[in-house]
Amino acid sequence: MQKRILYYPGCTLKTTAKNLEKTAYAIMQALGYELVEMHDWNCCGVVASLTTDDLMHHLAPLRNLIHVEDQGEDKVVVLCDMCCNTLKQTNLRVKENPDDLKTLNAFMDRENDYKGTVKVYHFLEFLRDEIGFDVIKKMVKKPLHDMRIMPYYGCMLLRPREVAIDDAEDPQILSDLLTILGAEVIDNPFKIECCGSYHTIEEKQLVSRRAYRITSYAVERGADAIMLSCPLCHFNLDVRGKEAEKLFKGYKQIPIYYYTQLISVALGLDPSVYGFDQHMVDPTLLLKKKGVLHTRKIEI
Amino acid sequence: MTKNQALNTREISKIVFKKGELVKEVEELSGENLFGCYQCGTCSAGCPFVEDMDLLPDEVIRYVVLDRREVLNSKTIWLCASCYTCAERCPRDINITKIMEALRQIILRRKIDYTDVLKIPKKERETIPQLAFVSLFRKNIG
Repeated sequence: MQKRILYYPGCTLKTTAKNLEKTAYAIMQALGYELVEMHDWNCCGVVASLTTDDLMHHLAPLRNLIHVEDQGEDKVVVLCDMCCNTLKQTNLRVKENPDDLKTLNAFMDRENDYKGTVKVYHFLEFLRDEIGFDVIKKMVKKPLHDMRIMPYYGCMLLRPREVAIDDAEDPQILSDLLTILGAEVIDNPFKIECCGSYHTIEEKQLVSRRAYRITSYAVERGADAIMLSCPLCHFNLDVRGKEAEKLFKGYKQIPIYYYTQLISVALGLDPSVYGFDQHMVDPTLLLKKKGVLHTRKIEI
Repeated sequence: MTKNQALNTREISKIVFKKGELVKEVEELSGENLFGCYQCGTCSAGCPFVEDMDLLPDEVIRYVVLDRREVLNSKTIWLCASCYTCAERCPRDINITKIMEALRQIILRRKIDYTDVLKIPKKERETIPQLAFVSLFRKNIG
């Protein structure tokens, strides 16, 4: 029997990051899990409330956690880094401050009270801690040999430390994943630096410069591509990075992959889930050059 | 400086603080002790946006402590994207991310917005991921 695990999508997974969602579904299916989208979810608010008196902005994430409990589950998996961070921070705040929880519960009088039983997982965290990278390693059909990839973490996986899934200064989770997929890891001190986040709307050039700095350093060290997990980092490095080509002479943006896409490729999953058409910089050329991109599904 | 920002600057300069009130309000909103800062500059050394800032993050703290309320006109507080790097590295364990948020909130809670939503071009509204918009509105609009 397939094991069932509840999943909170968030807004962007339904639009610009459909490929992240599709590949995650396919991976879980291959691993013998059923990823079930929770019903009645709402926006998490994206950024965590940071002022002491601002409880209002904890309502949206808390309502999602209540609905996880309502659906009889105590675990929820999140794909988006920013959603995951926000849900985790609210979860932590209400667990550490029972008075705040009381106020929030009283305010949402039409919802059940939150009992504090939910554990929020980032999908990466779930793969590492609940499934195990060694299980994935055994299922690799097309190792990503000869591919030099830089892992990029961004902020929301690592900070603040109370909700981090790995070390804030020298995280290893993505490098470990790349190693079991057979790729060569290119380390880079910029792997933990902010991509520019929401400034992508009003300060495009600033974000392009961020993308340039992160990518050019990776290229200097011999990277063919970057692997990351956050939909906003992906947009900023892929789209604003492409725009940086106009700002910096001779600069060429390299492809940006989601970790779920590279797992799917290495496991030989159905190519129709990859969603490479949603990228700005064509990610298929490199995969074809390295001989790992196949057009037909490999029978398992 | 755009026209919109100039307008903001004028409105912000109308905010009145009695002596010593600014640091008190920042401390209340952030829950951090600004007087614990010994100006080592670790926050500024690691900040990814520092090259575009008019005040360095450690200078922002010093300005607030010294009751220099022109800090509210600084571009720095709007450039901070809450990446938490400074908060993670501060040897005095001061959460500078929360201090920046408190300064933004002091302005936003007096009904002064930093971003004009209508000025965002339609084409961009369709291509940029929603989570960028939600976080921009949460940070720059009261």
